[in-house]
Amino acid sequence: MVKSIKVSYFALFREKVGKSSELIETDASTAIELFKELEGKHGFNQPFGHCKVAINDELAEWESDIQSGDNVLFFPPVSGG
Amino acid sequence: MLVTDSQIDIFHHSEALRNNHAGAYSCFEGWIRDHNDGHEVEKLEYEVFEPIAIKEGKKIINEAMELYEILGANCIHRKGLLQIGDCAVWVGVTAAHRNDAFIACRFIIDEVKIRLPIWKKEFYRNGDSGWVNCENCGRKN
Repeated sequence: MVKSIKVSYFALFREKVGKSSELIETDASTAIELFKELEGKHGFNQPFGHCKVAINDELAEWESDIQSGDNVLFFPPVSGG
Repeated sequence: MLVTDSQIDIFHHSEALRNNHAGAYSCFEGWIRDHNDGHEVEKLEYEVFEPIAIKEGKKIINEAMELYEILGANCIHRKGLLQIGDCAVWVGVTAAHRNDAFIACRFIIDEVKIRLPIWKKEFYRNGDSGWVNCENCGRKN
């Protein structure tokens, strides 16, 4: 079933995409499926194991289900401190 | 846990941790240095996704309180544009004895650096700029 998902990007990902968020129509059922779909399209080219995902402002597992209306946030590797 | 776009008032925040049961206060300050990876750095910009950074930072402090014999702890992280020499992050910990203060302080800054959604972009003297890779990205997953 096609879902409508708001996807938000940060730092390097935002610069690669050219915007901070976009609405995506997708068949992906999990966060990782959506990431893999967009990774190729936008050329993120970052070590996947160090990227993180959040759903509706809560950190989430990559295998988490996504629902229509969710805000999925993709974080490139962090570098605070 | 706080995120601020102003200079960190370290005296104020360390005084807030003052406790008559504490025999030790340990702190860490992360400063902006003028070089990284062979580049001359002119300034640096931090991007923070605050809703999760604050939540996760509080979680780290609570973990430190459970793991070590400490009396209090706090962490402040800057966001926005910073100049060379500015304090980017401060961690303060109080404990009855120094060992717990030292190791809890180390635990908090180490976790902050790998868990909080914070990214830094360096601006170099030659006009280039770039996002800094995370410290543990060189390791195997």
